[in-house]
Amino acid sequence: MSRIVIDSEKCKACYLCINECPKKLIKIGNTANSLGNRVVEFDDPNNECLGCAMCAARCPDLAITEVYKG
Amino acid sequence: MATQVFKIPESLREDVKYSFCPGCDHGVAVRLVAEVLDELELREKSVLVASIGCSVTLYDFLNVDSIEAPHGRALAEATGVKRACPDKFVFTYQGDGDFASIGLAESLHAALRGENVSAICINNTTYGMTGGQLGPTTLLGQVTTTSPTGRNLEYYGYPIKIAEHVALCDGTAYSARVSLDSVANIRKAKQAIKKAFEVQLQGLGFGFVEILSTCPTNWKMTPSQAHDRVRDEMMKIFVPGVYKDVTTDGTTHKMR
Repeated sequence: MSRIVIDSEKCKACYLCINECPKKLIKIGNTANSLGNRVVEFDDPNNECLGCAMCAARCPDLAITEVYKG
Repeated sequence: MATQVFKIPESLREDVKYSFCPGCDHGVAVRLVAEVLDELELREKSVLVASIGCSVTLYDFLNVDSIEAPHGRALAEATGVKRACPDKFVFTYQGDGDFASIGLAESLHAALRGENVSAICINNTTYGMTGGQLGPTTLLGQVTTTSPTGRNLEYYGYPIKIAEHVALCDGTAYSARVSLDSVANIRKAKQAIKKAFEVQLQGLGFGFVEILSTCPTNWKMTPSQAHDRVRDEMMKIFVPGVYKDVTTDGTTHKMR
């Protein structure tokens, strides 16, 4: 099961990862981190994540810290 | 069993938090440099010469030995380090204002001397850290805080095409321009950085990569709009490509 790990304390809410995900599994969440940024959430109820790591390659702030494929 | 396909590079400091603005491509460029340092196993023998600009606190992010250069003089310091310690891997990380405006003499003469160092130059067409003034790479018509009606040809002249200028220097071993506007181009950028580092390891001369980057804060755009601008405006003027590579074409200049 492919998945990503988001460190929400590093997220600066640029939302570039949302456009990058081919399956549109990253969404703007309802919580804010300690910087006050409304951070993104990974929402994959049907196990659609491909593990392509395009979100992690795009994230400028290393907020997507790990990607697992398989 | 899931395999890990992405992790934070070991050459970055633990729990690193960038001080860059949201959506700034600097973070991607620093990560690519760290990934290449990991892949070539250079972390323990590297000396980074950081510059003035948004890259000024780079020693807080990259876990390598670093020195800080006065504005524009990163390649002059890198020359000294490399000549004193030829077994070290020496690279600079500069912005376009640092490399091509204040430090143009130091930069181009390091290339002309064929110094065996590598240089990364981030081109975001403005002076980012100081508030978005007109820089040497500002595009014609671009509005900045010091050109409020747009860069005017009669008054300010043309923007400099850095990768082409470096490629014309006989001491240059590798000169390329890459972009970070899409994931495909990010992967190409990593290959170019790796190549620029490898020519130093092979002792061939000066390795240079110009990276087209964004400055959403000073361009007054969203990060996504800023990438569209890179694609639609910057890449038409600053065309990505390999402008010189002595490993494939001897000493002749191969344009694109």
